[in-house]
Amino acid sequence: MNVLIMGCGRVGAQLASLLDAEGHKVTVLDVDAHSFRRLPPTFGGMALVGDGTSEDSLKEAGIEEADAFVAVTQGDNRNVMAAQIARQIFNVPKVVCRIYDPLRKDIYESLGLEAISPTTVFAELLKEKLLGNS
Amino acid sequence: MYIIIIGGGSVGYYLCKALLSEGHEVLVLDKDAGKCERFEDDMGSVCVRGDGCETATLAAAGASRADLLIATTNEDEDNLVACQVAKHQFGVPRTIARVNNPKNEKIFQKLGIDRTISITNLILEHIEGELPTHPLIHLLTMKEEGTEIVEVRVREGSEAVGKPIKKLHLPPDSFLVLLIRNGQKPRIITEDTVLQANDHVIALTPTASEDVLRRLFTGS
Repeated sequence: MNVLIMGCGRVGAQLASLLDAEGHKVTVLDVDAHSFRRLPPTFGGMALVGDGTSEDSLKEAGIEEADAFVAVTQGDNRNVMAAQIARQIFNVPKVVCRIYDPLRKDIYESLGLEAISPTTVFAELLKEKLLGNS
Repeated sequence: MYIIIIGGGSVGYYLCKALLSEGHEVLVLDKDAGKCERFEDDMGSVCVRGDGCETATLAAAGASRADLLIATTNEDEDNLVACQVAKHQFGVPRTIARVNNPKNEKIFQKLGIDRTISITNLILEHIEGELPTHPLIHLLTMKEEGTEIVEVRVREGSEAVGKPIKKLHLPPDSFLVLLIRNGQKPRIITEDTVLQANDHVIALTPTASEDVLRRLFTGS
Protein backbone atom coordinates (compact mmCIF):
# COMPACT_ATOMS: atom_id res chain seq x y z
CA MET A 1 0.00 0.00 0.00
CA ASN A 2 1.08 3.57 -0.74
CA VAL A 3 0.68 5.58 2.47
CA LEU A 4 1.12 9.30 3.09
CA ILE A 5 1.57 10.34 6.73
CA MET A 6 1.25 13.98 7.77
CA GLY A 7 3.12 14.80 10.97
CA CYS A 8 6.35 13.12 12.03
CA GLY A 9 5.85 13.22 15.76
CA ARG A 10 6.22 10.12 17.90
CA VAL A 11 3.07 8.53 16.52
CA GLY A 12 3.71 9.50 12.91
CA ALA A 13 7.30 8.28 13.00
CA GLN A 14 6.38 5.01 14.71
CA LEU A 15 3.57 4.33 12.24
CA ALA A 16 5.88 5.16 9.33
CA SER A 17 8.54 2.73 10.48
CA LEU A 18 6.01 -0.05 11.18
CA LEU A 19 4.47 0.25 7.71
CA ASP A 20 7.88 0.58 6.09
CA ALA A 21 9.10 -2.59 7.82
CA GLU A 22 6.09 -4.43 6.40
CA GLY A 23 7.09 -3.40 2.91
CA HIS A 24 4.58 -0.59 2.27
CA LYS A 25 5.58 2.52 0.36
CA VAL A 26 5.60 5.30 2.96
CA THR A 27 5.97 9.07 2.62
CA VAL A 28 6.13 11.29 5.72
CA LEU A 29 5.34 14.99 5.55
CA ASP A 30 6.26 17.46 8.28
CA VAL A 31 6.71 21.24 8.45
CA ASP A 32 9.93 20.79 10.42
CA ALA A 33 12.85 18.73 9.05
CA HIS A 34 14.09 18.32 12.63
CA SER A 35 11.14 15.96 13.26
CA PHE A 36 12.60 13.40 10.89
CA ARG A 37 15.21 12.52 13.55
CA ARG A 38 12.49 10.31 15.01
CA LEU A 39 12.58 8.01 11.98
CA PRO A 40 14.80 4.95 12.49
CA PRO A 41 18.01 4.71 10.42
CA THR A 42 16.53 1.70 8.65
CA PHE A 43 13.56 3.72 7.33
CA GLY A 44 13.39 3.21 3.60
CA GLY A 45 10.52 5.55 2.76
CA MET A 46 10.50 9.24 1.88
CA ALA A 47 10.59 12.16 4.29
CA LEU A 48 9.50 15.52 2.90
CA VAL A 49 9.30 18.99 4.41
CA GLY A 50 5.89 20.50 3.68
CA ASP A 51 2.55 21.64 5.05
CA GLY A 52 -0.14 18.97 4.79
CA THR A 53 -2.89 21.58 4.65
CA SER A 54 -1.45 22.95 1.43
CA GLU A 55 -2.66 21.44 -1.83
CA ASP A 56 0.74 21.97 -3.46
CA SER A 57 2.72 20.24 -0.70
CA LEU A 58 0.30 17.32 -0.78
CA LYS A 59 0.70 16.97 -4.54
CA GLU A 60 4.48 17.07 -4.20
CA ALA A 61 4.24 14.33 -1.61
CA GLY A 62 2.36 12.22 -4.13
CA ILE A 63 -1.14 12.32 -2.65
CA GLU A 64 -2.63 11.65 -6.06
CA GLU A 65 -1.14 8.16 -6.03
CA ALA A 66 -1.71 7.46 -2.32
CA ASP A 67 -3.97 4.60 -1.21
CA ALA A 68 -4.16 5.95 2.32
CA PHE A 69 -3.65 9.26 4.14
CA VAL A 70 -3.05 9.67 7.88
CA ALA A 71 -3.09 13.08 9.66
CA VAL A 72 -1.30 12.98 13.01
CA THR A 73 0.06 16.48 13.67
CA GLN A 74 -0.34 18.11 17.08
CA GLY A 75 -3.17 20.34 15.85
CA ASP A 76 -6.69 18.91 15.70
CA ASN A 77 -7.81 21.52 13.23
CA ARG A 78 -4.82 20.99 10.97
CA ASN A 79 -5.54 17.25 10.95
CA VAL A 80 -9.20 17.83 10.21
CA MET A 81 -8.46 20.21 7.36
CA ALA A 82 -5.79 17.99 5.79
CA ALA A 83 -7.98 14.90 6.09
CA GLN A 84 -10.87 16.66 4.37
CA ILE A 85 -8.60 17.85 1.57
CA ALA A 86 -7.30 14.29 1.12
CA ARG A 87 -10.79 12.86 1.01
CA GLN A 88 -12.80 15.47 -0.81
CA ILE A 89 -10.27 17.09 -3.12
CA PHE A 90 -7.93 14.19 -3.86
CA ASN A 91 -10.36 11.29 -3.29
CA VAL A 92 -7.83 9.21 -1.34
CA PRO A 93 -9.58 5.85 -0.69
CA LYS A 94 -8.63 5.55 2.99
CA VAL A 95 -8.25 8.60 5.23
CA VAL A 96 -7.76 8.55 9.01
CA CYS A 97 -7.04 11.50 11.29
CA ARG A 98 -6.30 12.10 14.92
CA ILE A 99 -8.57 14.49 16.82
CA TYR A 100 -7.66 14.93 20.50
CA ASP A 101 -10.93 16.70 21.35
CA PRO A 102 -13.56 13.91 21.71
CA LEU A 103 -16.50 16.24 20.93
CA ARG A 104 -14.87 17.50 17.78
CA LYS A 105 -14.08 13.91 16.83
CA ASP A 106 -17.78 13.01 17.14
CA ILE A 107 -18.83 15.88 14.90
CA TYR A 108 -16.37 14.99 12.16
CA GLU A 109 -17.20 11.32 12.41
CA SER A 110 -20.83 12.16 11.81
CA LEU A 111 -19.65 14.10 8.76
CA GLY A 112 -18.05 10.94 7.44
CA LEU A 113 -14.43 11.43 8.45
CA GLU A 114 -12.67 8.48 10.00
CA ALA A 115 -11.12 9.80 13.22
CA ILE A 116 -9.50 8.53 16.38
CA SER A 117 -9.47 10.44 19.65
CA PRO A 118 -6.41 9.38 21.67
CA THR A 119 -7.97 11.14 24.65
CA THR A 120 -10.88 8.72 24.78
CA VAL A 121 -8.83 5.66 23.86
CA PHE A 122 -6.15 6.38 26.45
CA ALA A 123 -8.60 7.25 29.22
CA GLU A 124 -10.36 3.94 28.63
CA LEU A 125 -7.06 2.06 28.65
CA LEU A 126 -6.07 3.69 31.91
CA LYS A 127 -9.39 2.84 33.47
CA GLU A 128 -8.97 -0.76 32.40
CA LYS A 129 -5.49 -0.86 33.94
CA LEU A 130 -6.79 0.56 37.18
CA LEU A 131 -9.94 -1.48 37.55
CA GLY A 132 -9.09 -4.60 35.60
CA ASN A 133 -11.17 -5.95 32.76
CA SER A 134 -14.34 -6.60 34.73
CA MET B 1 -29.09 39.67 13.80
CA TYR B 2 -27.05 37.71 16.30
CA ILE B 3 -23.51 37.42 14.97
CA ILE B 4 -20.62 35.44 16.49
CA ILE B 5 -17.10 36.46 15.56
CA ILE B 6 -14.21 34.04 16.12
CA GLY B 7 -10.90 35.80 16.69
CA GLY B 8 -10.37 39.16 18.37
CA GLY B 9 -7.45 40.35 16.24
CA SER B 10 -7.63 43.59 14.31
CA VAL B 11 -10.12 42.20 11.79
CA GLY B 12 -12.38 40.85 14.53
CA TYR B 13 -12.05 44.05 16.53
CA TYR B 14 -13.08 46.50 13.82
CA LEU B 15 -15.69 44.13 12.44
CA CYS B 16 -17.26 43.92 15.89
CA LYS B 17 -17.27 47.70 16.20
CA ALA B 18 -18.90 48.15 12.81
CA LEU B 19 -21.55 45.48 13.39
CA LEU B 20 -22.41 46.87 16.83
CA SER B 21 -22.88 50.34 15.38
CA GLU B 22 -25.28 48.85 12.84
CA GLY B 23 -27.35 47.61 15.75
CA HIS B 24 -26.52 43.91 15.63
CA GLU B 25 -26.00 41.69 18.63
CA VAL B 26 -22.36 40.63 18.50
CA LEU B 27 -20.23 38.23 20.50
CA VAL B 28 -16.50 37.76 19.98
CA LEU B 29 -14.63 34.61 21.04
CA ASP B 30 -10.87 34.66 21.53
CA LYS B 31 -8.46 32.35 23.34
CA ASP B 32 -6.41 35.26 24.63
CA ALA B 33 -7.57 36.95 27.84
CA GLY B 34 -5.59 40.09 27.00
CA LYS B 35 -7.50 40.59 23.76
CA CYS B 36 -10.81 40.17 25.58
CA GLU B 37 -9.82 42.90 28.03
CA ARG B 38 -9.23 45.31 25.19
CA PHE B 39 -12.76 44.68 23.94
CA GLU B 40 -14.13 45.09 27.45
CA ASP B 41 -12.46 48.48 27.84
CA ASP B 42 -13.68 49.83 24.50
CA MET B 43 -17.03 48.18 23.84
CA GLY B 44 -18.23 46.54 27.05
CA SER B 45 -18.89 42.85 27.52
CA VAL B 46 -18.79 41.68 23.93
CA CYS B 47 -15.80 39.35 24.08
CA VAL B 48 -15.67 36.00 25.87
CA ARG B 49 -12.49 34.06 26.36
CA GLY B 50 -12.64 30.66 24.70
CA ASP B 51 -11.73 28.47 21.76
CA GLY B 52 -14.28 29.06 19.02
CA CYS B 53 -13.63 25.60 17.57
CA GLU B 54 -14.83 23.90 20.73
CA THR B 55 -18.39 22.70 20.96
CA ALA B 56 -18.72 23.67 24.62
CA THR B 57 -17.57 27.25 23.98
CA LEU B 58 -19.94 27.68 21.06
CA ALA B 59 -22.81 26.18 23.05
CA ALA B 60 -22.19 28.63 25.89
CA ALA B 61 -22.08 31.45 23.35
CA GLY B 62 -25.56 30.49 22.20
CA ALA B 63 -24.44 29.42 18.75
CA SER B 64 -27.70 27.60 18.11
CA ARG B 65 -29.55 30.92 17.88
CA ALA B 66 -26.82 32.71 15.88
CA ASP B 67 -27.75 33.94 12.42
CA LEU B 68 -24.18 34.24 11.26
CA LEU B 69 -20.69 33.15 12.31
CA ILE B 70 -17.60 34.89 11.00
CA ALA B 71 -14.19 33.29 11.61
CA THR B 72 -11.42 35.87 11.39
CA THR B 73 -8.32 34.30 12.97
CA ASN B 74 -5.05 34.16 11.06
CA GLU B 75 -5.05 30.36 11.05
CA ASP B 76 -6.98 28.97 8.11
CA GLU B 77 -7.54 25.57 9.68
CA ASP B 78 -9.06 27.15 12.80
CA ASN B 79 -11.41 29.25 10.67
CA LEU B 80 -12.45 26.18 8.70
CA VAL B 81 -13.21 24.10 11.78
CA ALA B 82 -15.05 26.91 13.60
CA CYS B 83 -17.33 27.37 10.59
CA GLN B 84 -17.92 23.65 10.13
CA VAL B 85 -18.70 23.04 13.80
CA ALA B 86 -21.07 26.03 13.82
CA LYS B 87 -22.83 24.79 10.73
CA HIS B 88 -23.11 21.10 11.48
CA GLN B 89 -23.41 21.06 15.25
CA PHE B 90 -25.43 24.23 15.81
CA GLY B 91 -27.15 24.74 12.47
CA VAL B 92 -25.85 28.29 12.03
CA PRO B 93 -27.41 29.27 8.69
CA ARG B 94 -24.51 31.27 7.31
CA THR B 95 -20.77 31.03 7.90
CA ILE B 96 -18.02 33.26 6.59
CA ALA B 97 -14.33 32.39 6.85
CA ARG B 98 -11.32 34.59 6.47
CA VAL B 99 -8.79 32.83 4.28
CA ASN B 100 -5.14 33.73 4.71
CA ASN B 101 -3.67 31.51 2.01
CA PRO B 102 -5.52 32.50 -1.20
CA LYS B 103 -5.27 28.91 -2.43
CA ASN B 104 -7.57 27.80 0.36
CA GLU B 105 -10.52 29.80 -0.98
CA LYS B 106 -11.56 27.06 -3.39
CA ILE B 107 -10.92 24.30 -0.85
CA PHE B 108 -13.09 26.00 1.77
CA GLN B 109 -15.94 26.40 -0.68
CA LYS B 110 -15.72 22.72 -1.57
CA LEU B 111 -15.82 21.89 2.14
CA GLY B 112 -19.10 23.75 2.61
CA ILE B 113 -18.17 27.20 3.90
CA ASP B 114 -20.77 29.65 2.58
CA ARG B 115 -18.45 32.53 1.89
CA THR B 116 -14.70 33.00 2.04
CA ILE B 117 -12.82 36.26 2.12
CA SER B 118 -9.17 36.26 1.20
CA ILE B 119 -7.61 39.31 2.74
CA THR B 120 -4.40 38.67 0.83
CA ASN B 121 -6.31 38.73 -2.46
CA LEU B 122 -8.24 41.84 -1.49
CA ILE B 123 -5.07 43.73 -0.72
CA LEU B 124 -3.42 42.49 -3.92
CA GLU B 125 -6.40 43.60 -6.00
CA HIS B 126 -6.40 47.04 -4.48
CA ILE B 127 -2.70 47.47 -5.03
CA GLU B 128 -3.09 46.23 -8.62
CA GLY B 129 -5.77 48.85 -9.14
CA GLU B 130 -3.35 51.56 -8.07
CA LEU B 131 -0.69 50.51 -10.58
CA PRO B 132 -1.11 52.65 -13.69
CA THR B 133 0.29 49.93 -15.94
CA HIS B 134 -2.07 47.24 -14.77
CA PRO B 135 -4.39 46.30 -17.64
CA LEU B 136 -7.22 44.62 -15.74
CA ILE B 137 -8.73 45.63 -12.43
CA HIS B 138 -11.32 43.61 -10.53
CA LEU B 139 -14.15 45.86 -9.47
CA LEU B 140 -16.56 43.31 -8.12
CA THR B 141 -16.62 39.54 -7.89
CA MET B 142 -19.91 37.69 -7.69
CA LYS B 143 -18.54 34.41 -6.47
CA GLU B 144 -21.68 32.35 -6.44
CA GLU B 145 -22.40 33.19 -10.06
CA GLY B 146 -18.74 32.82 -11.07
CA THR B 147 -18.93 36.27 -12.65
CA GLU B 148 -16.94 39.44 -12.17
CA ILE B 149 -17.05 43.06 -13.17
CA VAL B 150 -13.67 44.32 -14.34
CA GLU B 151 -12.15 47.49 -15.70
CA VAL B 152 -9.78 47.03 -18.63
CA ARG B 153 -7.53 49.58 -20.24
CA VAL B 154 -7.23 49.12 -23.99
CA ARG B 155 -3.58 48.92 -24.96
CA GLU B 156 -2.15 50.34 -28.17
CA GLY B 157 -1.70 47.67 -30.82
CA SER B 158 -4.03 45.18 -29.17
CA GLU B 159 -6.66 43.27 -31.12
CA ALA B 160 -9.48 45.36 -29.71
CA VAL B 161 -8.33 48.68 -31.19
CA GLY B 162 -10.04 50.17 -34.26
CA LYS B 163 -12.73 47.55 -34.76
CA PRO B 164 -16.42 47.65 -33.98
CA ILE B 165 -17.29 45.47 -30.99
CA LYS B 166 -19.29 43.01 -33.11
CA LYS B 167 -16.08 42.11 -34.99
CA LEU B 168 -14.18 41.22 -31.81
CA HIS B 169 -13.85 37.63 -30.69
CA LEU B 170 -15.25 38.14 -27.24
CA PRO B 171 -15.39 35.10 -24.97
CA PRO B 172 -18.92 33.73 -24.56
CA ASP B 173 -21.00 35.37 -21.82
CA SER B 174 -18.62 38.34 -21.63
CA PHE B 175 -20.26 41.73 -22.09
CA LEU B 176 -18.64 45.10 -22.60
CA VAL B 177 -20.86 47.53 -20.77
CA LEU B 178 -19.40 51.02 -20.36
CA LEU B 179 -16.79 53.05 -22.18
CA ILE B 180 -14.82 55.81 -20.47
CA ARG B 181 -12.71 57.85 -22.90
CA ASN B 182 -10.36 60.68 -21.86
CA GLY B 183 -12.12 61.03 -18.54
CA GLN B 184 -15.41 61.98 -20.22
CA LYS B 185 -18.81 60.79 -19.07
CA PRO B 186 -19.21 57.02 -19.39
CA ARG B 187 -21.09 55.85 -22.47
CA ILE B 188 -22.96 52.62 -23.06
CA ILE B 189 -21.09 50.32 -25.43
CA THR B 190 -23.07 49.05 -28.43
CA GLU B 191 -21.99 46.50 -31.00
CA ASP B 192 -20.97 49.34 -33.33
CA THR B 193 -18.72 51.12 -30.82
CA VAL B 194 -15.10 51.31 -31.99
CA LEU B 195 -12.49 51.23 -29.24
CA GLN B 196 -9.32 53.32 -29.17
CA ALA B 197 -6.07 52.85 -27.33
CA ASN B 198 -6.24 54.01 -23.68
CA ASP B 199 -10.03 53.66 -23.52
CA HIS B 200 -11.28 52.29 -20.24
CA VAL B 201 -13.90 49.59 -20.59
CA ILE B 202 -16.11 48.23 -17.85
CA ALA B 203 -16.97 44.62 -18.63
CA LEU B 204 -18.94 41.78 -17.13
CA THR B 205 -17.23 38.43 -17.59
CA PRO B 206 -17.22 34.86 -16.29
CA THR B 207 -14.13 34.47 -14.09
CA ALA B 208 -12.93 31.66 -16.35
CA SER B 209 -12.82 34.00 -19.38
CA GLU B 210 -10.79 36.72 -17.68
CA ASP B 211 -7.53 35.75 -19.36
CA VAL B 212 -9.07 35.69 -22.85
CA LEU B 213 -10.47 39.15 -22.25
CA ARG B 214 -7.14 40.39 -20.95
CA ARG B 215 -5.36 39.16 -24.08
CA LEU B 216 -7.92 40.75 -26.36
CA PHE B 217 -7.41 44.19 -24.84
CA THR B 218 -3.73 44.12 -24.06
CA GLY B 219 -2.25 41.68 -26.54
CA SER B 220 -0.34 39.98 -23.73
